[in-house]
Amino acid sequence: MKLAPDEQRMLEGKKGLANQKAMQLLVEYAEGLGAEAFVDTNNVTVLTGLFPYPDLIKKLVPSLDPDEIASKFFLNSDERVVVDRVKAFTTSHIYRNQEYPEIQQGGEFLCEVTKIMEEYCKRIGIINLATCTPYQVGNLPVKGEHCAWTESSAIPFCNSVLGGRTNIEGLHSAFASAITGKTPLWGMHLEENRLGNVIIHVEVDMNEIEDWNLIGYYVGGQIGLDIPVYRNINKTPDLTRLMALCASGAASGSTVIFHIVGVTPEALTFEAASGHGKNLRALKYGTEQRKETYEKLNHSDRDNVDIVVLGCPHYTLERVRAVANMLEGKRVHENTVLYVTTCRMIKALADSNGYTEAITKAGGLILEDTCGIFFDFDTSKVLASDSAKMVHYVPSTTGLKRLWFGTTEECINAAITGKWKGELK
Amino acid sequence: MSTIVLKGRKVHGGLAEGEAMVTRGGFAGFGSFDVHTGVVVELGHELVGKNISGKILVFRSGKGSSAWSIGAQASRFTGNSPKALIVKKSNPQVALGVVVMRIPAITDLDEDPTEVISTGDWVKVDAERGLVEITKEKG
Repeated sequence: MKLAPDEQRMLEGKKGLANQKAMQLLVEYAEGLGAEAFVDTNNVTVLTGLFPYPDLIKKLVPSLDPDEIASKFFLNSDERVVVDRVKAFTTSHIYRNQEYPEIQQGGEFLCEVTKIMEEYCKRIGIINLATCTPYQVGNLPVKGEHCAWTESSAIPFCNSVLGGRTNIEGLHSAFASAITGKTPLWGMHLEENRLGNVIIHVEVDMNEIEDWNLIGYYVGGQIGLDIPVYRNINKTPDLTRLMALCASGAASGSTVIFHIVGVTPEALTFEAASGHGKNLRALKYGTEQRKETYEKLNHSDRDNVDIVVLGCPHYTLERVRAVANMLEGKRVHENTVLYVTTCRMIKALADSNGYTEAITKAGGLILEDTCGIFFDFDTSKVLASDSAKMVHYVPSTTGLKRLWFGTTEECINAAITGKWKGELK
Repeated sequence: MSTIVLKGRKVHGGLAEGEAMVTRGGFAGFGSFDVHTGVVVELGHELVGKNISGKILVFRSGKGSSAWSIGAQASRFTGNSPKALIVKKSNPQVALGVVVMRIPAITDLDEDPTEVISTGDWVKVDAERGLVEITKEKG
């Protein structure tokens, strides 16, 4: 690798221990990628609040000293490192609803850790947007901007919908990028790697949010590391639909970027999106593929529904409003719970616009700064969601085995009746 | 017993040897396996129920959540990381995952490792030199 003079100084420890540790990690990582240089970044998102394994924090850092936690868990360092201030503009996804600790895995303990780490982030200059959708509330990259982003669904959103440039960063590389302001000049940062190489021939209507979940989930599972170019999409997607496409494709596969001809910024034409269409393979998405995907996501042997979780990725204002409207004059079934998850800023707007009241009045719960993927569920229960990503992850993160996937309307209907009546239309 | 040598590119340096665990599919650092046991738990995964702890894990490419490296690092903390990774096509999740697991890894081999290597084969990895030596369990 060719290091610039400032990068060399960091690596040699001339800019302090934090910069040195961060640069060491970045160099090892960049060499593994096959990168030859770094590029400056001033837009980083980090998952500093995601602690899926609370027992490991207890065991490794019983004092809960934030610098010790950050050193071991973020910087991958056995030595305690004190970070002064991060260099890059950095936002974080610290996830923990402080009002309902018992709903979430890790209970009170993780609420405590989250508070400590949110203070830590503030101290070192990281802004906690508390969401998997930073682009909704304060971190909106522009076309061509070099970013270092975490969060599987936000990454394809940054690349595909906004034209920003990020690889699939993890907590550790993004934290190191926050400190140093550097990310490997590799992959999505280079124009030539962003061209589509799989044409997706879409043969079905793409009206419903459900359709965008299904196509993303199908294509994500088929393409490996390739880049899909969606053709013949007969409806211009809105924010919620694009978020569903990003989230589902990153759950079943590893989608880092996609193009939708005529919609996304690097796909004004098919030729532009595909680099004039050389060496492309084609994939059909028709009625059969749609049905197969739907069946893959629905695996329950019971038609009752105990839990409905909406808001994966964090619900948009448009969806919060829609759910509030659907619940008007209705009542959530006594055997069913309804959770709607979003971030604190959208929740504040839901509060001031009466949506929170409408959802609560019907017996539902709208929760800020949390995620159903990390709820503490009785594993014998049946869960329904309008998110393919949620249904994909909950078996491994919560142990639930009975799952229904469908439209928001079907989920709300299940919340009201306690029964699943969803079907693929 | 026959021995095969494949040549590839280092993702992360180091030496390791052990029994191979092979899937032609992808592998998620977060979601495919239980970090406390090493057992594959992802529904529908080819290796579901098998244990990757201490194995030479061979797969197509990294997939799934960008929390890949969080799961990978946790498996180091619990002592359930694989001994090495051999990946047909590496990607950022794998490259970062092996840094935080502190294990060797090789990619871009001259033949598809998911075809050449079978579960149960004895595999030696010399990542610095990009070499994989396979002793077939059968044959």
